[in-house]
Amino acid sequence: MPLQSLDIRRRSATTVQPPSVREPPVTEGVAKLIDVTKCIGCKACQTACMEWNDLRDEVGTNVGVYDNPRDLSEHSWTLMRFTEYENPDGNLEWLIRKDGCMHCEDPGCLKACPAPGAIVQYTNGIVDFHEENCIGCGYCVTGCPFNIPRISKRDHRAYKCTLCSDRVAVGQEPACVKTCPTGAIVFGTKEDMKQHAAERIEDLKERGFKNAGLYDPPGVGGTHVMYVLHHADKPSLYHGLPDDPHISPLVSLWKGVTKPLALGVMALAALSGFFHYMRVGPNEVSEEEERDARDEARRVKEHSDET
Amino acid sequence: MKPEENVADTNLIVRYTANDRTNHWIIAITFVLLALSGLALFHPSTFWLTAIFGGGQWTRILHPFVGVVMFVSFLILALRFWHHNVLDSSDLQWLKQIDDVLAKREDKLPEIGRYNAGQKLLFFVMVACMILLLLSGIVIWRRYFSFYFPITLIRLAAVIHAATAFVLIVGIIVHIYAALWVKGSIRAMTRGTVTLGWARKHHPRWFRESIK
Repeated sequence: MPLQSLDIRRRSATTVQPPSVREPPVTEGVAKLIDVTKCIGCKACQTACMEWNDLRDEVGTNVGVYDNPRDLSEHSWTLMRFTEYENPDGNLEWLIRKDGCMHCEDPGCLKACPAPGAIVQYTNGIVDFHEENCIGCGYCVTGCPFNIPRISKRDHRAYKCTLCSDRVAVGQEPACVKTCPTGAIVFGTKEDMKQHAAERIEDLKERGFKNAGLYDPPGVGGTHVMYVLHHADKPSLYHGLPDDPHISPLVSLWKGVTKPLALGVMALAALSGFFHYMRVGPNEVSEEEERDARDEARRVKEHSDET
Repeated sequence: MKPEENVADTNLIVRYTANDRTNHWIIAITFVLLALSGLALFHPSTFWLTAIFGGGQWTRILHPFVGVVMFVSFLILALRFWHHNVLDSSDLQWLKQIDDVLAKREDKLPEIGRYNAGQKLLFFVMVACMILLLLSGIVIWRRYFSFYFPITLIRLAAVIHAATAFVLIVGIIVHIYAALWVKGSIRAMTRGTVTLGWARKHHPRWFRESIK
């Protein structure tokens, strides 16, 4: 959102420093903390997201699971994902996770994006898509370790959770936080959220969830959307939440130092040609060589005419 | 009789027919469009090239379609010219004497046929590049195909596409430079003919086969 144009830390496909006159917050920016253990799966957050962002997904069909809609889309930026997990004691645990953009500190989407300014990261940590600059190539999908961005079939631009950057910019919490009836989603500075999580984790441990913990994966430099999990040792239990997300080495290879290097080699190839020409000159056929060739051609022709 | 077949007494030899030339220039034009639009998305410093194609969205839309045209026309060319490009032992000798080539000491080189070893190698490099570009290009063609493939394959294809395009562009820089450096070559692709002297100097074995 242009409201925060002086608060940009990173800008996609940009090799120079974006406007950064303001000091980054000392509080590690903002964060949304989703306490999975408090979630009742009511989907109020989905509804609030639709309402605030004016999004209406297709109604779709019931396929026998609670997940509705079935997947994230350009119209559904957040989604409750339900997992029925049978724990080692033989008891059923209903694990419900609010899925959506994790707002990585080191965003794979932004790294992969070829369009200048189509993806920005604000100094508060929010990763935002600026759709007017999006070219619809889908490289953000390729770069994302969490499978979040979706390309619209109608306008061919990428969409995802904005962490309500427009609300946050004017001092409000995201719509999903505002609406959550159990207080499972809270919002504040990342520092505060970590502290809050620590209290929750202590409480959970006292109640027998000895593996309770915070999901703030270091592989992507930490995230600005974090989870409190009862089974933090096995995040993948929660509908395939990556155990150790990081930007794929293939994406780093694709988008890393190889590109300027490749451009340099191309320029060098053209320059080598130029200097080769300047040093040895063109490879020409002399008048004499033309004459010799004509003579040889005539001899051969006469010879074949005789026989 | 087509004009290029009526050159027996004008000191020229036909090297490329009108069909060969048309085929070549379709590939050349599509290559330039692809290189410019591809480089536009390759690195931030070249993103301005998208302006040539009407902006980023249009560049993204057009690039793969132009790519298909290039692949098909190259396929036709490759099938027609494959038999001229089979490498033999004298080609190995040519490659060992690359310094003689670059220093214009052609009299020291083994007798070259229709194509020299450099041209043949480039031909097969291009064949490999075209196949890899097509396959990886389909995988990263988000609009129609990407959703059929697993994410790791898409990531791999993105790397392969960029790396192969790099090899192809460098190969074409060499190709264009060779054409500019060896005077009398460009007319082979623009007019279809070369002089007897050019043929005898640069491709003596082909020269002798042609004048029979």
